[in-house]
Amino acid sequence: MSVAVIFLTLVAAVMVWWLAQQRLASRPWLEVGHAHDRRSGAPPPAAKIGLGVFLGVVGALFSLAISAYFMRMASSDWGALPLPALLWANTGILAVGSITLHRAKLEAERRNDEATRTALLAALAAGLAFLVGQLFAWRELTTAGYLLAGNPANSFFYLLTGMHGLHILGGLVALGRLSVRAWDGPFDRKMRLSVELCAIYWHFMLVVWLVLFALFSGWASDVVDFCRQLLT
Amino acid sequence: MVDVRSGIGEPLPPPEVEDVELYHPHSWWTRYVFSQDAKIIAIQYATTAIAIGMVALVLSWLMRLQLGFPGTFDFIDADAYYQFITMHGMIMVIYLLTALFLGGFGNYLIPLMVGARDMVFPYANMLSYWIYLLAVLVLVASFFAPGGPTGAGWTLYPPQAVLSGTPGGKDWGIILMLASLIIFIIGFTMGGLNYVVTVLQGRARGMTLMRLPLTVWGIFTATVMALLAFPALFVACVMMLFDRLLGTSFFMPAIVEMGEQLQHGGGSPILFQHLFWFFGHPEVYIVALPAFGIVSDLISTHARKNIFGYRMMVWAIVIIGGLSFIVWAHHMYVSGMNPYFGFFFATTTLIIAVPTAIKVYNWVLTLWRGNIHLTLPMLFALGFIVTFVNGGLTGLFLGNVVVDVPLSDTMFVVAHFHMVMGVAPIMVIFGAIYHWYPKITGRMLNEALGQIHFWVTFLGAYLIFFPMHYVGLVGVPRRYYELGEMAFVQESVHTLNAFISVMALIVGAAQIVFLFNLAWSLRHGREAGGNPWRATTLEWQTPETPPPHGNWGRELPVVYRWAYDYSVPGAAEDFIPQNQPTPGRMSHEAVS
Repeated sequence: MSVAVIFLTLVAAVMVWWLAQQRLASRPWLEVGHAHDRRSGAPPPAAKIGLGVFLGVVGALFSLAISAYFMRMASSDWGALPLPALLWANTGILAVGSITLHRAKLEAERRNDEATRTALLAALAAGLAFLVGQLFAWRELTTAGYLLAGNPANSFFYLLTGMHGLHILGGLVALGRLSVRAWDGPFDRKMRLSVELCAIYWHFMLVVWLVLFALFSGWASDVVDFCRQLLT
Repeated sequence: MVDVRSGIGEPLPPPEVEDVELYHPHSWWTRYVFSQDAKIIAIQYATTAIAIGMVALVLSWLMRLQLGFPGTFDFIDADAYYQFITMHGMIMVIYLLTALFLGGFGNYLIPLMVGARDMVFPYANMLSYWIYLLAVLVLVASFFAPGGPTGAGWTLYPPQAVLSGTPGGKDWGIILMLASLIIFIIGFTMGGLNYVVTVLQGRARGMTLMRLPLTVWGIFTATVMALLAFPALFVACVMMLFDRLLGTSFFMPAIVEMGEQLQHGGGSPILFQHLFWFFGHPEVYIVALPAFGIVSDLISTHARKNIFGYRMMVWAIVIIGGLSFIVWAHHMYVSGMNPYFGFFFATTTLIIAVPTAIKVYNWVLTLWRGNIHLTLPMLFALGFIVTFVNGGLTGLFLGNVVVDVPLSDTMFVVAHFHMVMGVAPIMVIFGAIYHWYPKITGRMLNEALGQIHFWVTFLGAYLIFFPMHYVGLVGVPRRYYELGEMAFVQESVHTLNAFISVMALIVGAAQIVFLFNLAWSLRHGREAGGNPWRATTLEWQTPETPPPHGNWGRELPVVYRWAYDYSVPGAAEDFIPQNQPTPGRMSHEAVS
């Protein structure tokens, strides 16, 4: 469970950092009158904070699944499966999607509506291509005889890639709805915010995928072994 | 950073968060059924939770009938008994307590107490309820599925949960149970995002974090914990569903069933226990923290005295929330883990007693020389403190590894957790309903019926669970369908079991009085007015009672003080609402 505990420690650090700015040591019983949060700028929009909290939940979900991966890995029946080379291409496509959305965000900030629309469409295509690529990777593995129930490594591979794929699918639904709205008319403040939120979500899912990829290829366990050696 | 200026005469600072644009319903359906108003959603959540809770109550009657009078009732066989205990536990912990505290009280109180018009994402909030209802329906469906509901125990430990020896293991029972939990968690996440972001972003002008009522602090912290802990249950449920349906071996070791080697192999049941309790222990505090918060407000209001040690109370809530994530393995002392782990988890478990004890001291010190009104909410709040202390003390026994090992899986454990996370939070739920019912409906609940309800429930709960500690101490194991002829089981245990069962029937029946009161007072209760308890918090200052859609009329409230200005010396009244800038006329005269 150390991965999950480390993740939660990071979340806790963010919370402590935030709480530290809230004057928790004040004496509210003595302070009557106007009070307001003193901030450097305008408060972030609620949707952005909502997404941040949601990503915390998704992070907890994946870190717990990864914890389970490491614990299950310790038993003797574990037999790692060969990673299809296609996964490298998929990783590239997902990264392209992430970069394109970042570009869409920048173009939206510059009020460049046409370029934003193009970038959104490109990101949508990249997301779909990633999912199709993942399905092909699954097919390659199943035809090679690496079935879901064959080995715990296979089970975890399908479970984790499936969970990640479902999150990408959810992101694609949001991105698709945004693109439809983007084609209907000019961008307003709310839509520009939506573009930014999609970009954040995509970056996060890219990071999750990179961690999972490192896990499947065995680098992650090498790193863990190295850390263990350092500690002992 | 927070800036406080004491000059009342100064101009009001501009609002930081804009007033929200509300969704305006156009038909009866969108107003009362598919409503996006947090208050309606709260009532929907609470009604559903109480309804399914009544099912769990009846199940507890049935299992007590078997334990008190074994062999008397033909329709309770061993399978049915295990199904009863499983569904009773799961419904009470998740579908009643979690849903009622966070979905019910969270939805009703957060927007009103922080001075918002509604939750920040009303649509997701509405979806949250309907997904919760779907989860409940899937759960109820398992009663009618072939083979009946699962009988795996509420902890659903594999491998037994998915084997044919357990009721529902090879039928629909366990599948529907896991599916229902997965659906519940998805729905809860939608609601939970709302509760957290509303507290962060929806607060009225002047409502700094340190001016929030402790109810909001409790619900807020519990929601953050739930958002981080439920994913563990989610992962565990998905993996077990894979094991059951697709033949994987996440949790399933190599096993022979009915002389037949199953295709599973190598899986780790302990892995499930880690995931389950990584959720399961925070869950105890997900239920307890809202109760802590609400009870602080009830005590302060009905003792007409400011809460003692507000800052400490806030810190304690946050610290308990954090600590509860690193104690989970104290549920696994007998799982054969490394003794050093046991030592670590025993230490963290006992450390939690410190902030918890601070809270209990502060409640008692709030009561000290207060003007205690023995109203129904106060009676239930006092009942909570006593019960919680009792349950907490037995927790000290069980938190120690050497004491836990002989007591593990005995009725002592059952008595402990029923006191501390069954009876105690339920006491707060009752107190809170008696307290806020006038705001929700505009009418008071009947006092006489409430007195009957309180005394029967409070004394009855002790008559049930005190003897149960003794039954556990002499070694009677939990989860046994019948004791039979065991040498160590004394005659007195059987007598006590019968006594406990009779008491359980009586206490259960007392809840019918409560439900009748809820229905009867809706029409015939005394008119309450806007602020019958003369309380300071914002929800009592709404222009109309019950508050309409949008809560506040045209102007959002502005907050000038903390939530506990009771019996301020020199003030005109013994309470000063949070949105009142000056203490009142009398103090002005006193100063001049």
